[in-house]
Amino acid sequence: MTRPRILLAKPGLDGHDRGIKVIAFALREAGAEVIYLGLRQSPAAIVAAALAEDADLIGISVLSGAHLPLAGQIIAQRAERGGEHIPVAIGGTIPAEHVGRLLDMGVDAVYPVGSPMADVVVGLLALATEQVAGKDSGLPAGERAVS
Amino acid sequence: MTMRRIDRDLSFVTTDSGIPVQVVYTADDLPGGEAALAQRLGLPGEPPFTRGPYPTMYRGQLWTMRQFAGFGTPEHTNERFRFLLGQGQTALSVAFDLPTQLGYDSGDPMAAAEVGRVGVAIDTADDMAEVFDGIPLDRVSVNFTINATAPIILAMYLVAAERSGVPFHALAGTLQNDILKEFLARKAYLYPPGPSLRLVTDVVEFSSRELPRFNPISITGYHAREAGCNAVQELALTMASAIAYSEAFLARGMDFEEFAPRLSFHFATTLDLFEEVAKLRAARRIWHRVATERFGASSPAAARLRFFSGNSGTTLTAQQPLNNVIRSTLQCLGAVLGGAQSIHVMGYDEAYQIPSEEAVTLSLRTQQIIALESGVARTADPLAGSFYVERLTDEIEARACALMADIHSIGGAVAAIEAGIPQRWIAESAYRAEQELASGERPKVGVNVYADTGDGGTGAAATFEVDPLAGERQAARTRARMAERDPRPRMSGLLRLADDTSSGRNVMPALIEAARAGATVGKMADVFRDAFGEFTEPAPW
Repeated sequence: MTRPRILLAKPGLDGHDRGIKVIAFALREAGAEVIYLGLRQSPAAIVAAALAEDADLIGISVLSGAHLPLAGQIIAQRAERGGEHIPVAIGGTIPAEHVGRLLDMGVDAVYPVGSPMADVVVGLLALATEQVAGKDSGLPAGERAVS
Repeated sequence: MTMRRIDRDLSFVTTDSGIPVQVVYTADDLPGGEAALAQRLGLPGEPPFTRGPYPTMYRGQLWTMRQFAGFGTPEHTNERFRFLLGQGQTALSVAFDLPTQLGYDSGDPMAAAEVGRVGVAIDTADDMAEVFDGIPLDRVSVNFTINATAPIILAMYLVAAERSGVPFHALAGTLQNDILKEFLARKAYLYPPGPSLRLVTDVVEFSSRELPRFNPISITGYHAREAGCNAVQELALTMASAIAYSEAFLARGMDFEEFAPRLSFHFATTLDLFEEVAKLRAARRIWHRVATERFGASSPAAARLRFFSGNSGTTLTAQQPLNNVIRSTLQCLGAVLGGAQSIHVMGYDEAYQIPSEEAVTLSLRTQQIIALESGVARTADPLAGSFYVERLTDEIEARACALMADIHSIGGAVAAIEAGIPQRWIAESAYRAEQELASGERPKVGVNVYADTGDGGTGAAATFEVDPLAGERQAARTRARMAERDPRPRMSGLLRLADDTSSGRNVMPALIEAARAGATVGKMADVFRDAFGEFTEPAPW
């Protein structure tokens, strides 16, 4: 099976990159291919890069408190650019009562502060692997099941 | 409740930074015996300042209790400041929102989701005047956590002070203005290292002439530590930066004896209590040696390290957040035993939100209880002479000096940062720490030991909400203010700034002129963007 390709990025202006780099290292060690776009990426640029890189998952991290608007913009960009088959996961300083709101918005997985690293890695790999399985099945993106 | 037993090899125990620790220490662990120790220590207020920068330490003057605050619009922040001063806080510390830190006006599309979130939004000098409305700036010292846009923010503060009738020379406070640690860890950089260092130097040069009571730079290891490095690396990186700055200031023609007494430092204090105290003591000793041996300092003030401790946010947990009160108390105690000049105690809710008023008050009370009830402030450097603490101080000093030599051999702090080397140390050690948490090797109460069953998330409700319309209102207000004013002085101020920037003149006078005329943070930052370009970080692997 093809290695999952996971695109990680920091949207907005927040520079706290300890968490996302830790996850990047852990995902690489777990066998994923990680494309790290770095800091201050616009939602449009993140989705465009995910499509260009044929990523199986978009992972973003926000510690500035701007997770709701930024996740909303990424979901909107994903729809606009025909990237709905790519799941989106978010981590950061996300209060418990925002988890449901993010999921309702269309985010596929939410990892608030305090999520154990292993849970994040297993969760992200599972999401990305579903995509890889879809690709390996040869079905066009639009016809693959997205959980 | 899960009670997990930790199986550890008791024959090899180390401090957080990996220094082996013996079961017990005796006089034999101090090389050279008592006479040599006395030499390494000196007395408080005397070289090499191991025991503290001042002779009477907290008996003479307690540390400054400086809780970092600022959010939303300038009026919100002004309200919080008045509240804190009313609660007995003795100085202010301003947090700026990310657009202000990165040179975007509140109306800029890049700023959209971030206005007023992690600090106050400043677009013009009018905003700055509102932040400090009714606060006597000649009597309250103010700390500014600002770096890439430090010269711009300083100019705005000076204009605000001028409007309230306070002369420049009466202003006291600290500007963080440490751009190297932005590249290293905090990541709010804007321009490449070379031009960034020039702006830092402009601020320090201007301050040495006009702001005698102001610390124009706070050289910081705190952020590298928070981003993942250990105590020894934190100390070595801070000292390497201090050397790089000093060299830049000397190259500008400034005199070490003049600028060195105004340099201030900023360290983390984490939970490894004795190691942290030892680190802070070693920091003073190393700086004394660097200042005297490398830069030829002759006056004691030029070799005397003073610091602020920000404790450590990354040691706090979202799980069982009240445990953080105890963690913060230990960290504050460490900073006091290490001889801090000012301290910020983290809010217990800081792992998952901007601290609530309740948490900020409790942090201040933590400092007050340690200061007034615990008795630790009665005597200077109470841990001096402890076999363990002295041995650790020596060991940290030796290890940090070895690392400083490594950094020197790759061309100093700036070259190392440009090559991304210390950034990689930091990311790798953050990953290691996370692996140790996962394996249980690094115990964390409420997380990997004594965790509540079924508690998967934060277990706490956020009580702090940023007003979602604050950004739009702030942008609209700035637009209205711009429309009211004559644009010509603003334009000529910005033109002069562009001219001074490209000709290499000190940018501070032009920034002050532009700020007086109502130019925005974004427009001034754009002048530097056009001249210097923007920096992008090298890949982490």
